[in-house]
Amino acid sequence: MTANFSALAYLISSVCFILALQGLSSAKTSQRGLTFGVVGMALAIGTTLAAPIVTSYGWILSGLIVGGVIGTIIAKKIQMTALPQLVAAFHSLVGLAAVCVAAAALFEPNAFNIGQVGSIAAGSLFEMGLGVAIGAITFTGSLVAFAKLQGLVSGNPLIFKGQHPLNALLGIALVFIVFLFAFSESYTFFWAITGIALLLGFLLILPIGGADMPVVISMLNSYSGWAAAGIGFTLGNSLLIITGALVGASGAILSYIMCKGMNRSIINIILGGFGGEQSATAQGSAEQRPYKAGSAEDAGFIMKNAQSVIIVPGYGMAVAQAQHALREMGDILKQEGVQVRYAIHPVAGRMPGHMNVLLAEANVPYEDVLELDEINRDFGVADVAFVIGANDVTNPAAKTDPKSPIFGMPILDVEKAKTVLFVKRSMSPGYAGVDNDLFYKDNTLMLFGDAKKMCEEIIKSLGD
Amino acid sequence: MELISPFILGLTVFVLAVFVGYYVVWKVTPALHSPLMSVTNAISSVIIVGAVLAAGSAQDFITQLFGFAAVVMASINIFGGFVVTRRMLEMFNKKK
Repeated sequence: MTANFSALAYLISSVCFILALQGLSSAKTSQRGLTFGVVGMALAIGTTLAAPIVTSYGWILSGLIVGGVIGTIIAKKIQMTALPQLVAAFHSLVGLAAVCVAAAALFEPNAFNIGQVGSIAAGSLFEMGLGVAIGAITFTGSLVAFAKLQGLVSGNPLIFKGQHPLNALLGIALVFIVFLFAFSESYTFFWAITGIALLLGFLLILPIGGADMPVVISMLNSYSGWAAAGIGFTLGNSLLIITGALVGASGAILSYIMCKGMNRSIINIILGGFGGEQSATAQGSAEQRPYKAGSAEDAGFIMKNAQSVIIVPGYGMAVAQAQHALREMGDILKQEGVQVRYAIHPVAGRMPGHMNVLLAEANVPYEDVLELDEINRDFGVADVAFVIGANDVTNPAAKTDPKSPIFGMPILDVEKAKTVLFVKRSMSPGYAGVDNDLFYKDNTLMLFGDAKKMCEEIIKSLGD
Repeated sequence: MELISPFILGLTVFVLAVFVGYYVVWKVTPALHSPLMSVTNAISSVIIVGAVLAAGSAQDFITQLFGFAAVVMASINIFGGFVVTRRMLEMFNKKK
């Protein structure tokens, strides 16, 4: 296959990837979009296999089979509640793959048509250095994110003295060594870049708390794209450049949306230290205020006699795997003639769109699930707001208390509903460590218990 | 006329692609942000193109090994990413 022909095939596959993303603009076109993605990828791999420079297929085919089987099995078995950690793990692989490809290109540049050992162009080496740095940061950063999401390490931010100056120093050293590498083609500098970047990825994600994970995952998603683009520049391959740019832009936009959902700047999140239990205990000594606690029967009675119920799910629902029980509860209420809808905050859960997937998994109709701006006005006319596993995203302090750490964050106006039912395990504050005034309002009824058990008990009481 | 450096050509493609990505991704409905992440994860593994070149055209065993490792990791991502995306999209499109 000639170089021009390959380049054309790569162009078609780039277009397929763009169409794949475009398909996601609605659920109806999304599956067709996915088909485009698969076709684009098959075309890209097929074209590369057919390139005259590729002469042996043993390693490639065995790699494809091993990776394909592992990937398929994992993806089929994974529970939807564990999706965020799966995505984090996948990101780490893209990062490491980028490092491996860069290393291979450095050792045998002629295998990639980018020159001979010792005479790779400085420009290519510079791009290679950047690609490897971003790839290595993505790798360890994603590993830390994975460990936090999987609960292997505490989700609390880990902060030590001098952390930020250390990171800054490492960052400057990294850039400096990338330049040294570009002008020397030295293997030592290459591995120095890799080592520093690995350390930096680790240190960058460590101080970020569990509740900020939606931003972290989006950011790493973005990095994995930039790493691919970096390798694309090194190899002079426009398909890699285009795809890397698409993915990088996508991750950056998601990070931006998540930051806006929390009213925080990306810098603030990267600096970390927000949330976690330290700040929670710091605030825990506040005076005890009276609140009303109710039972599942109370909740069932109130909702059965309501006209409209808006359910606000959060990460707690995912942890308790309560989505199926919740949907069943919603179905029974619907049979009783109650209007049941779901309100999703942009940062609910641990990754963008996490709640939507869980509700879809539990067969909640697509039309019943609404975003913040679509449904927020309706709380004023709703009889019941049923908050399950969410907290900070409903806290009115975000609007009223300029001193609150979550001030300015857009919230779901659940307080405007006639009755607020709040399913919670205990009175502990949310991830931001802020007490929620909502608990103490006259029209709020606290339902203490595990989210799933509570839904099951409500279902039982509705049946009686 | 002197030839334009490949870097500038690459940069042109890159900047235009960032713009395309920007406009396409803003149109993605928020409900599908999770599938967006998993599908972008799958397609960013197009880095497999570089891995295939390393594994299939290198002479040195070490290079081949790096290539092989990269092919394995990228294909875990490609297959895993596409399969999990399909699972999610099927949930959103279930017949009731």
